[in-house]
Amino acid sequence: MSWLTLGELIHTTLVFATAIIFASLGGVFSEKSGVTNLGLEGLMVFGAFAAGVGGFYAEQAGLGGTSAAWVGVLSAAVFGILVSLIHAVASITFKADQVISGIVINFLAAGSTLYMVKLLFEGDGDTGRIQGFSEISIPYLVDIPVLGNAFFQAYPTTYLAILLVIIGYFTLYKTPFGLRLRSVGEHPGAADTVGIKVNRLRYIGVMISGALAGIGGATITLTTTNMFSHNTVSGQGYIAIAAMIFGKWNPLGAFGAAVFFGFSQAIRNYVQLFAWSQSIPQEIIFMLPYLLTIIVLVAAVGRSRAPAALGQLYDPSKR
Amino acid sequence: MANLLKIFTKDSFVLALVSIILGLLLGAVVMLIGGYDPIVAYSALFSRVYGDSYNFGEAIREMTPLILTGLAFAFAARAGLFNIGGEGQFLVGMTAASIVGIKLHGLPAIIHAPLAIIAGAVFGGLWAAIAGYLKAKRGVNEVITCIMMNWIGLYLANLVINQFALMEGENRSVDIQPSASISIEWLSQMMGNARVHWGTVIAVLAAVFFYIFLWKTKQGYELRAVGFNQDASRYAGMNVNRNIVKAMFISGVFAGLAGAFEVLGVFHYQSVMAGSPGTGFDGIAVALIGMNNPFGVLLGSVLFGTLTYGSAGMSFSADVPPEIIRIVIGSIIFFIAAQGIVRWVVKPLYSKRKKEKVL
Repeated sequence: MSWLTLGELIHTTLVFATAIIFASLGGVFSEKSGVTNLGLEGLMVFGAFAAGVGGFYAEQAGLGGTSAAWVGVLSAAVFGILVSLIHAVASITFKADQVISGIVINFLAAGSTLYMVKLLFEGDGDTGRIQGFSEISIPYLVDIPVLGNAFFQAYPTTYLAILLVIIGYFTLYKTPFGLRLRSVGEHPGAADTVGIKVNRLRYIGVMISGALAGIGGATITLTTTNMFSHNTVSGQGYIAIAAMIFGKWNPLGAFGAAVFFGFSQAIRNYVQLFAWSQSIPQEIIFMLPYLLTIIVLVAAVGRSRAPAALGQLYDPSKR
Repeated sequence: MANLLKIFTKDSFVLALVSIILGLLLGAVVMLIGGYDPIVAYSALFSRVYGDSYNFGEAIREMTPLILTGLAFAFAARAGLFNIGGEGQFLVGMTAASIVGIKLHGLPAIIHAPLAIIAGAVFGGLWAAIAGYLKAKRGVNEVITCIMMNWIGLYLANLVINQFALMEGENRSVDIQPSASISIEWLSQMMGNARVHWGTVIAVLAAVFFYIFLWKTKQGYELRAVGFNQDASRYAGMNVNRNIVKAMFISGVFAGLAGAFEVLGVFHYQSVMAGSPGTGFDGIAVALIGMNNPFGVLLGSVLFGTLTYGSAGMSFSADVPPEIIRIVIGSIIFFIAAQGIVRWVVKPLYSKRKKEKVL
């Protein structure tokens, strides 16, 4: 494998990782506040849908490719927040089981996005092609051999994802808001005693997860598939959940895990370059990343500790 | 009989019923917004399922794997485990049954078919038990292992079919031996060749087993105790780790059976799949509608199967996109989960009844 393809491999890794980075970061915010979010898959689907529709109409309205794509990202974030409110209202206000109401989001996503696409596009199962984002390269840096190709030529969403991971980490661990959000997930009773509004913070946590997972779905529509159809997301949300747990509910950890999953997806495209790969059935190459995840979890990571009050409903009368 | 009556007047049953009605109503509203007539749509849906014997048989075929994957999720949930891996267990069970069904020659049907079923059940169980073992011994969260095992299961199934049983030039395996088939030929002929099979009977029996095992045996009591409170169970001298592995194994057996029946009873071959079929995930929905109760799961799969199978008729004769049914099912689960909303809806009914009693 030449250096050139190594740069390509890293580049493809980042393309695949971007959506997972957004969604798993979103998951971290929801779960740090104590609300389990198994609806990440559904939120991504809604986001991918909103990006497809928003991007499409923005292009129709005459906006250029990149500005139209940003409209898509924005619609995905807004739509993600709105849908995440279903989860929030059910699980926080109406005390529904958080696991179930997350799954409900996944269910609604599969059906309603396709229904709406068919209504909007006269029976077609997809939004039709949109231009989406094109890659940007950072001047001068992109000329560095190998590294330039790997890190300094990417979709803007990838840079946004990395930026948000840093902001997310800073917010969670270095600001009063982050401290409150985490306290609500660890010990809501104690948080309430010192005057922190438990339910309000949980709503915010869930809404942040909706926005981020929505944007995660949007990046798939706007960079990889360039349209929305029923299989645009296909399981990335579940991978994001795994990345969140793998990354021990820490933005940086989730980022690392997401890159790991992105790498494992990218490697499929490149493993054929090795001569020895010809003798291995491709299914084994396909299952390798998932196998590797389990091995890594068992060998190195071991017990991962979830926020203490995760999945528990907060009832002030039982304090 | 009195017991049966008690089930139907129970609070949870009323809530589930109201949730279903609310879900159907919400679906009707969404149809109206989309410019469709909900009455035409729903009657097309139900008349497809219950209109003629062929479609009725096929609807039952559709319900069968849902019963089993629903039981799989519910069983693990009763032991406090979140088995999101029904999908992988389904595929592994399917593959094991296929291989036994294809590769063994010259056995009488009375031995061959049960052998293939048992292979599917055992491999489904073992696949799930891996997640259970890793949780018990290494503390690895079962959600993440199950998600990974779903993907590994998918590729493993394709690998095995591609390597050992591929039909030349096709993207599927060769047919299983006739002796491994569990189709009910005479009933199938009566129902216009609907693919009915013995798996349905076993699925119903599995629900009965589920009930007896969990509520009438000591082992079942232990599993439920572990599900309620691990620490208390450990203190009471139960082996929590063994119970986790056992619960996952039995859960996987249900899902593995679901896969085995799809090959042995319905298709008689196994396709190389581009993606997961989704039966394991649908089972989660069925279990939630059935509130993790075995008989609830039966009713849940009847509802789920009717709605999804019937939805095709809806698009065919009323031109309504069938995806709307996912919205209906999603909102039914939503209302069942968020009982606060449903209680608020039924409250007027309850208070009226109480007033009558006073009078």
